[in-house]
Amino acid sequence: MIPTREEIYSVLAERHGAELQKKLFSARTAVCGLGGLGSNIAVCLARAGVGHIRIIDFDRVDISNINRQQYFLEQLGQYKTDALYEILKKINPYCEIVGTTVRLTEENIPEILASEDIICEAFDCPEAKAELVNCVLERFPEKYLVAASGMAGLSSANTIRTRRITKRFYLSGDGESDISEGTGLLASRVMVCAAHQAHKVIQIINEDFKEE
Amino acid sequence: MQTFFVWSDVMVKINGEMKDASGKSIAELLEALGYSSQRVAVELNVEIVPKARYSETFVKDGDSVEIVRFVGGG
Repeated sequence: MIPTREEIYSVLAERHGAELQKKLFSARTAVCGLGGLGSNIAVCLARAGVGHIRIIDFDRVDISNINRQQYFLEQLGQYKTDALYEILKKINPYCEIVGTTVRLTEENIPEILASEDIICEAFDCPEAKAELVNCVLERFPEKYLVAASGMAGLSSANTIRTRRITKRFYLSGDGESDISEGTGLLASRVMVCAAHQAHKVIQIINEDFKEE
Repeated sequence: MQTFFVWSDVMVKINGEMKDASGKSIAELLEALGYSSQRVAVELNVEIVPKARYSETFVKDGDSVEIVRFVGGG
């Protein structure tokens, strides 16, 4: 039997504090890219009881994703938006999950992200990362943006950190470890970076999203 | 007695380091420092510089530039 909304909410409020839980529940977030970063960020947010998560990706689950992304083998071939929707609903059925299966570009970013307050950049391609970050910073100065750069390889997990670039723009990662040099991406190090991003989102929700 | 320091060149803080940027545009700065303009976001005095204006935005004495570089992986 799946617990009721009230049961889940009260357990979360007991653990996180009623005030924070209320803010988490009314937050509007978007995760752009549902790979090693995005699938893990979204799971963290759903477990925390964030009330609204828009999940965006154009791609399907591939066998090469399983080493670090949240998907299961039975989901191979599904759109990542559909596969992750299923996973998130199993964690928190009362979280509003909106899947958008599209490749984000300068042309469609403003419309798709218009109603979200906190945006996570979780792409893998550096040009796509830069395009999203530039577009959000130029078009939506009022929104919060948490991006990532540098989480590949086997270097120390301790070099991954989050710093504030401007008032509403944060960057997680070591800033250097490129996928094109060396070992590739390991779940352990990518999840450290994803957890940094998710944690920053939760801090932003706690500090800056007063009830309206 | 007072000592005056006169900078003959334009000193700009780039990612926390003082550099002689000699009135360069953002596009010239990126090229000189070896960044790909397609993989960065640039803040000038805590304001985003739109990509379309990299060539026409010039740095001046005392400016602070933050170049955020994106590497692959996610």
